[in-house]
Amino acid sequence: MSTMDKDPRLVAEESGNSIQRLLRRFSQTDLGPLPTVFGLAVIGIVFQLANNKFLSPLNLTNLLAQISALGTISVGAVFILLLGETDLSAGAVSGLCAAVMAVLNVKLAVPGPIAVLAGLLTGLAIGLFQGFWVAHFKIPAFIVTLAGQIGWIGALLAVLGETGTVNLRDNFIVGLAGTFLKRDVPNGELYSWIVGVLFVAIYAVSFIWERQRRKKAGLKFKSVGGLVFQIALVVVLVIGMLVITNADRGLPSAMVFFIAVLAIFDFVTQRTVFGRHVYAVGGNAEAARRASINVTFIRISVFGLASTLAAFGGILAASRLLAVNQSSGGSDLLLDVIAAAVIGGTSLFGGRGNVWSALLGALVIGSISNGMDLLALPSPIKFMITGAVLLVAVTIESISRQRREIVGK
Amino acid sequence: MPESSSRVPILEMRGISKRFGAVQALSNVNFEAYAGEVVGLVGDNGAGKSTLIKCVAGIHPIDEGEIWFEGRKVNIQNPKDAADLGIQTVYQDLALCDNLDVVANLYLGREVITNRLPLDEVTMEKSSLEVLRNLSIAIPSVRTIIASLSGGQRQSVAISRAVMWNSKVVILDEPTAALGVLQSHQVLQLIRNLRQQGLAVIVISHNLADIFEVVDRISVLYLGHNNGNYNIHGTSQEQIVAAITGAEFGNNDQEQNHQRKGGSSK
Repeated sequence: MSTMDKDPRLVAEESGNSIQRLLRRFSQTDLGPLPTVFGLAVIGIVFQLANNKFLSPLNLTNLLAQISALGTISVGAVFILLLGETDLSAGAVSGLCAAVMAVLNVKLAVPGPIAVLAGLLTGLAIGLFQGFWVAHFKIPAFIVTLAGQIGWIGALLAVLGETGTVNLRDNFIVGLAGTFLKRDVPNGELYSWIVGVLFVAIYAVSFIWERQRRKKAGLKFKSVGGLVFQIALVVVLVIGMLVITNADRGLPSAMVFFIAVLAIFDFVTQRTVFGRHVYAVGGNAEAARRASINVTFIRISVFGLASTLAAFGGILAASRLLAVNQSSGGSDLLLDVIAAAVIGGTSLFGGRGNVWSALLGALVIGSISNGMDLLALPSPIKFMITGAVLLVAVTIESISRQRREIVGK
Repeated sequence: MPESSSRVPILEMRGISKRFGAVQALSNVNFEAYAGEVVGLVGDNGAGKSTLIKCVAGIHPIDEGEIWFEGRKVNIQNPKDAADLGIQTVYQDLALCDNLDVVANLYLGREVITNRLPLDEVTMEKSSLEVLRNLSIAIPSVRTIIASLSGGQRQSVAISRAVMWNSKVVILDEPTAALGVLQSHQVLQLIRNLRQQGLAVIVISHNLADIFEVVDRISVLYLGHNNGNYNIHGTSQEQIVAAITGAEFGNNDQEQNHQRKGGSSK
């Protein structure tokens, strides 16, 4: 409507000098992950001031190794949150699947790769089972997975048996998360750079290709500046990570797996029909159903994927800690997993967010935990600070959502 | 109707009856729609409008009667049957995903993919723009999420989605009920565009002012029975109100005796 071009009610837009207008524009746009990135920077500065080892290559490499398992499980949590559901069983499932792998390998002498595969399949089966319960009996996932959490802890104890702790020695399993590319792999540093450059190249080419296609089709396309910024961001992140880790022992293998999981599921959620349907079901399940989307299939497969990722995260954690015991996947892991997804910007109410929030959130939670360990803070303080950060992060998310809705109208 | 009856209706319902338990929601109802025509379906709450529409849309299979589509008898058992024939319904709730953008909603469940896997966003965006342009729908950007659109724009997106897949009959359930004056105006203009493109449009509405502004013909239901078929020209709103409320019941060539109870909008 041409009459809508200039709304006489929009007085504010016209008034003020250019800086005021810029600030107003800024305060009205959806900032996306920016507040979290800013928060992460603040966390980094505060801990660095408190202990100058925090931002050292040694500690940052440790940090990446520490967050990989949490982040991998959190990608699964993002998937479930996109559906508008909550998975309370992720912690227990990660512990149980790691225990299945450990017991098969150590007590039953099953080769490492097969034991790992069995652990992953256990996760898949659990997820499909829980998903079936949620989708078919229409019971809230909250309840089904709460029952699951309790039940799978029981199964974990049963699988571990009387010894309670299983120590891992298998080279394959220990190497999964315990390898540092520069220290442990011949020419590992070179390989990490080759893969890094390839990774950047694939992203850059896909950005450029998409821009060309849009241009050719006569659609709006990104400016050259925007394109350069987008590519530069990926370049800086990848090169920064490689420079830092290669100044120490090199990139941790767990992080390689985590990045691979992120890249794969970023593609799945953003670029495939399946991903689109996940968002649709999370946004409006009835609309999705009427658009002939198989909502039951989407729900069940998302639960299957999420629990498989939980299993993978549990296996990475076991590999890094060299053992599975009765508290594997217990204590605050589950809450950290969901908190990471939410801090990273994935909505609790379904349909909004993306897998990168698992990376951002895991970095925030991992940094706080790592930084407080460096300062040797007692655990009561650690818990309280983590709780406070979660509350602040969710508050920021909520305020920005409300603003988005106001602006959206 | 003089000029309509010479043509074959694209959709014709003959002697439709539908019963829910003790409630006879529709008894022996006749209804037809013609290509390039907007027909208003009116009636008070419980008159059977929604039931009749849901029979066409395949949500409620009919108990008795026949549905003819493009001159042949058809059997509509479920929503897919209706969609396969080219009958689309836009319900009041619109069934859009608020969190997805306009393109994603237009193509929901019918996504275009490039060589096997990835979504072909370029093709989808391009033809979305074309569809909206053909229907003269103004939307700031097809990449806006639905939550950021006005009520009229949402209604327009929902209608576009209903008509963009070679639909022949589109049923609009209370398309202007939740809209302001300007937005209603946009939607009514869209309905005229649909007529111009040769679709048969069925509009259910309580708003007689809107009905009179856009339809060619009005079909009135009263307690599950037909209660008149009016050409919009030469008919006053008072006559329609009389037919809706039953004051004129039976005066229009029907002589069913009606009971006060019965009828359901479900």
